Amino acid sequence: MSVLKINNVTMQFGGVTAVNNLNIEVQEGRIEALIGPNGAGKTTAFNVITGVYSPTKGNVFYKNENITGLTPDKITKKGIARTFQNIRLFKNLTVLENILIANHLRINSNFLSSTLRMPWSNKEERQMREKSEMLLDKLDLLRLKNEIAHSLPYGEQRKLEIARALATDADLLLLDEPAAGMNPSETMELSSFIHNIRDEFHLTIFMIEHHMDLVMEISEKIYVLDFGQLIAEGTANEVKNDQRVIEAYLGVEEDA
Amino acid sequence: MMDKLNNKNNKLILNILLIIIFASIIILLDTKKIGDAYIRRILNLSAIYAIVSVSMNLVNGFTGLFSLGQAGFMAIGAYTVAIFTVPLAARAKIFYITPQNPVLAQIELPFVIALILGGLLAALVALLIGLPVLRLKSDYLAIATLGFSEIIRIVFTNIKSITDGALGIKNIPTMPTMWVFFGIAIISIGFMWLLIDSSYGRAFKAIREDEVAAEAMGINLFKHKVMSFSIGAFFAGIGGGLLATLFATVDPNQFYFPVTYNFLLIIVLGGMGSISGTIIASFVVTSGLEILRFFDEPLSLFGLNIPLFRPGLRMVIFSILLMVLVLFFRNGLLGQKELSWKLIFDLLSGKKPRKKTGEGGAAQ
Repeated sequence: MSVLKINNVTMQFGGVTAVNNLNIEVQEGRIEALIGPNGAGKTTAFNVITGVYSPTKGNVFYKNENITGLTPDKITKKGIARTFQNIRLFKNLTVLENILIANHLRINSNFLSSTLRMPWSNKEERQMREKSEMLLDKLDLLRLKNEIAHSLPYGEQRKLEIARALATDADLLLLDEPAAGMNPSETMELSSFIHNIRDEFHLTIFMIEHHMDLVMEISEKIYVLDFGQLIAEGTANEVKNDQRVIEAYLGVEEDA
Repeated sequence: MMDKLNNKNNKLILNILLIIIFASIIILLDTKKIGDAYIRRILNLSAIYAIVSVSMNLVNGFTGLFSLGQAGFMAIGAYTVAIFTVPLAARAKIFYITPQNPVLAQIELPFVIALILGGLLAALVALLIGLPVLRLKSDYLAIATLGFSEIIRIVFTNIKSITDGALGIKNIPTMPTMWVFFGIAIISIGFMWLLIDSSYGRAFKAIREDEVAAEAMGINLFKHKVMSFSIGAFFAGIGGGLLATLFATVDPNQFYFPVTYNFLLIIVLGGMGSISGTIIASFVVTSGLEILRFFDEPLSLFGLNIPLFRPGLRMVIFSILLMVLVLFFRNGLLGQKELSWKLIFDLLSGKKPRKKTGEGGAAQ
């Protein structure tokens, strides 16, 4: 079953067409990737999916439900969570607070009962904390729970951002360049991390990434975008040997 | 020794001690054993300023909205108390040029009811302005709210059958005890403290930290901004209502927009995002403005008239102090921290407040 279906989506900014007639179907439970040179429109595509932009043309479906034009918070409530290319944590808050905030969207208490510490609100708050600590524990971040987010090492910040996205109870996780700025060993660690969370939380993962080793290793399907156009799709091997992909993105080996 | 002080029981004892000291000072003042009417008035005014400043900090410091509408919301609260609590018999004398609206002229409400009504009306107006205005970002929001606060003042100057126009409303019943001001301040600030410490407060902080990320985490930005803005306006209205009963009179000029700058100064001074800092700053600034008042009086030294001392010098000195503060203590007194025994003892024992950072903080 396709979890995410992007149907003939075009996104124009004034005269510039950032994404042109894009068609993508991400299958449930898989890790799929969107690659392409800088400025190809990858992040724009993510922003269309998550509701930051409303597409000029076309539709986005999540589990067969049309989510085109919904605001980002509503889309997150439906079960799509994302991370950002340049980490966007709540920098001056603690690790635990970052996770707790991602639980707020499912709150049942209104502000008055929450403020006046009604028993049912206290119970909800307690459950929220337990759930958050459990999540942090699973991702080996619990030891850092009282640290201020911006004081964490870079790799942990990336991890925390993914943890925060998971805390929204998402089924579909969109990762925008999760390995940006990581060295090869950190990248390898991330690769197994992504695999593990996919299995443990029964997720579908759709990611943008530039590290080709990572993409080739973990993606079950790859989409290649160039100048807003989809130029190829398929498995790692299919894409790797596609002439257009080589020309546009992977590059020709001079001595070959 | 530090470990002993960190002990929960000792902290509890210290807290109880502090409350007893605080309560006895107020009781002594209240029963006129110490201090005079002037000191009581300044302290009451400080308590009111604390409510309004914390309400402004809720919006500006915790939710990250740059709103300057506080004076307008105070005016709504103040006029509500004024209109509904003046005894019916005194009304005709106050509204001697334009008679009071016949419906309002029949209604007299108990102070507490009028006060809450004033807060609710301020919140309602905030809701109505918030719907269009909260879609704006920082600077634009500041301009819009400032303009709005002026509109309220001008409307109040002109609806004479309700507000008595520029003459203002006099003979507002005053309160017999300081506990009215301090009690309501404690309840109001306590409520806002609990709100900020709840899940909704965390959502407000998330919006302050990063709107894009907050929205991506499923927080409805607009709903939470309107909520924070309206709750802030509610307590500004409460503060305004208390001001009306403290001064026993209201007129539109009390709510001229520079009033809002006093609160802005207080929250910057106390720390954007610190409630305890705001409370301390409220008392320091309010009494400071009074202490500095002698600069406004003409001064003669040895028969020589010092020409500098004239009305207005107070504000010059105040502005210089403000500049120094902004230059050297940019985060205010407490920044985003709250006052705690630990902070005090760390400070007293000359230890630098332990930063909450782990080893190898990332560069960013």
